[in-house]
Amino acid sequence: MAVVFEKPKALTNVPLHYCPGCPHGIIHRLVAEAIDELGIEGKTIGVAPVGCAVMAYDYFACDMIEAAHGRAPATATGIKRCRPDNIVFTYQGDGDLASIGMAETVHSAARNENITVIFVNNAIYGMTGGQMAPTSLPGQVTQTSPYGRDVNHCGWPIKVSEMLATLEGPEYIARVAVNNVKNVNNAKKAIKKAFQNQIEGKGFSLVEVVSACPTNWGMTPQKALEWVESDMLPYYPIGVYKDRTAAKEGK
Amino acid sequence: MAELVLMKGNEAIAEAAIRAGCRHYFGYPITPQTEIAAYMAKKMPKIGGVFLQAESEVASINMVYGAAATGCRVMTSSSSPGISLKAEGLSYIAGSDVPALVVNVQRGGPGLGGIQPSQSDYFQATKGGGHGDYRMIVLAPASVQEMASLTIKGFNLADKYRMTSMILADGTIGQMMEPISFEDAEIEKYEKPWALTGHENKRKHNIVNSLYLQPDALEKTNFERYERYKVVEENEPMWEEYMMEDAEICVVAFGIASRVAKNAVVAARAEGIKVGLIRPITLWPFPTKALRAAAVKCKAFVSVELNMGQMIEDVRLATECKRPVTLCNRAGGMIPSPDQVLESIRAAQKGE
Ligand SMILES: Cc1ncc(C[n+]2csc(CCOP(=O)(O)OP(=O)(O)O)c2C)c(N)n1
Ligand code: SF4
Ligand SMILES: [Mg+2]
Repeated sequence: MAVVFEKPKALTNVPLHYCPGCPHGIIHRLVAEAIDELGIEGKTIGVAPVGCAVMAYDYFACDMIEAAHGRAPATATGIKRCRPDNIVFTYQGDGDLASIGMAETVHSAARNENITVIFVNNAIYGMTGGQMAPTSLPGQVTQTSPYGRDVNHCGWPIKVSEMLATLEGPEYIARVAVNNVKNVNNAKKAIKKAFQNQIEGKGFSLVEVVSACPTNWGMTPQKALEWVESDMLPYYPIGVYKDRTAAKEGK
Repeated sequence: MAELVLMKGNEAIAEAAIRAGCRHYFGYPITPQTEIAAYMAKKMPKIGGVFLQAESEVASINMVYGAAATGCRVMTSSSSPGISLKAEGLSYIAGSDVPALVVNVQRGGPGLGGIQPSQSDYFQATKGGGHGDYRMIVLAPASVQEMASLTIKGFNLADKYRMTSMILADGTIGQMMEPISFEDAEIEKYEKPWALTGHENKRKHNIVNSLYLQPDALEKTNFERYERYKVVEENEPMWEEYMMEDAEICVVAFGIASRVAKNAVVAARAEGIKVGLIRPITLWPFPTKALRAAAVKCKAFVSVELNMGQMIEDVRLATECKRPVTLCNRAGGMIPSPDQVLESIRAAQKGE
């Protein structure tokens, strides 16, 4: 019988703990497929965040480390500077990357640290039960913005990709989504490119994946994907925000 | 004769680290430890190493965590306020059982405090600082020579026990120049099968982690770690005894305070007071046995410290409160004079 669908080799056999319909599973798969296709599992070292993906160290089959909340890019920097021939990636949520770890994010990008960052933007703190994130949309109801995010009170969401793209440092900044097949396919390409860039020594490559959190958004998985399309993507448009190599080649 | 070189205390740490095989330094500027970073910035690129100025102490300790997880000898250095920021990483490093060397060239506190020498981070170094049950090996140099030799020792111990070694120095020794030798330096090497190197499809993936959601599993890691700490407590305490053979009064002091105390001991001996000095070199593990033995023959203890009285609690514990322990101290960057210590010795002699 022909095998038509298989678990990527770069994922272990440990069952994922994510909620039903959570895109974290899809994004894990895309990262693992990229690792498989590039044949780099044996030399890859992954950095797990504090967030719903905290146990990613059990799911990715490469060597893994669990970082402190927000510090994954610093921890990845330490690893990469010791072992420049290894491939180092972080996998981080929005609270992790854009709130508590913003300094580490910006400075590793500014240094053009030769690492790959997978940034899962679900506009909420999933793991702690649905608090407002730095990326929660204006008016978005969360546990800590129960009357909707009031931008006059707690400020505006941060558009991480746009912001990082203003820096001289980073090589590649792209935003993708995983709410339909076409977007998933494009997300895969961007993630693979972010790893390929590192292999070629090009430097800091970040892929922001607009995700969803059906559980804490209080929506069915289907409704959550619709909300990504109707509310998230207009605020966080898909696109390549910076590609130094392409820009140089005049593409 | 060993070849002697004249060095500043902070530079001695940096040079010793390089000789110990450290090729990665991550730090953030702060007085009075600046010379360590400056030395590393100059040397590392020339010897194939990495000096990286991080965006903060938080970032630098988490860089150390990542580097340590690969099995590299790695260090950071800072001074008091910066060490507070490193507390997060120190806890993760402890919880993940990776080895690192951290230097604290202390300055007065709390808060922004001052930039003059102090020993007021004794509690922070020996009792925690970060969250959770953990220990660090805390080494307290009292000379530029020890800045060097304890740095090398610190790396060896860190690798041996998979934990952090902290050099708890102060601004005075950091800035002081003395002739030192590196000739006795013994560099130990340990296998690190747990290190993140990429599994090369030859072994199961290694995981460096401090998260255990099952309390029984987490408890097990705590108990196992403390078994290791027990071995450290048994095998690694270091201290110096000075004129203790017939001593009736025992002065206890570490680091720069011990040098002042030594002068006072000599002066008191000239007055006919039978006094000696115990100088803890490891603050953790504390030289409990030495103090317990001293409590049998000495009638009083004087703890000399550049803080409001921190080590004195360990002196009381070690001597099981069998003898009176008095405090002779200055704080905020001030240093007691030998006369102040002498006065405390006289008072102890009189039973005051
Ligand atoms: C220093 C610290 N502060 C707070 C927390 C609690 N905490 C755990 S996960 C998290 C937020 C995670 O949200 P995000 O990064 O968006 O990831 P998600 O769960 O949404 O994937 C917080 C605040 C922590 N573990 N450590
Ligand atoms: S809480 Fe949200 S982000 Fe976390 S696993 Fe569940 S759906 Fe996914
Ligand atoms: Mg989130």
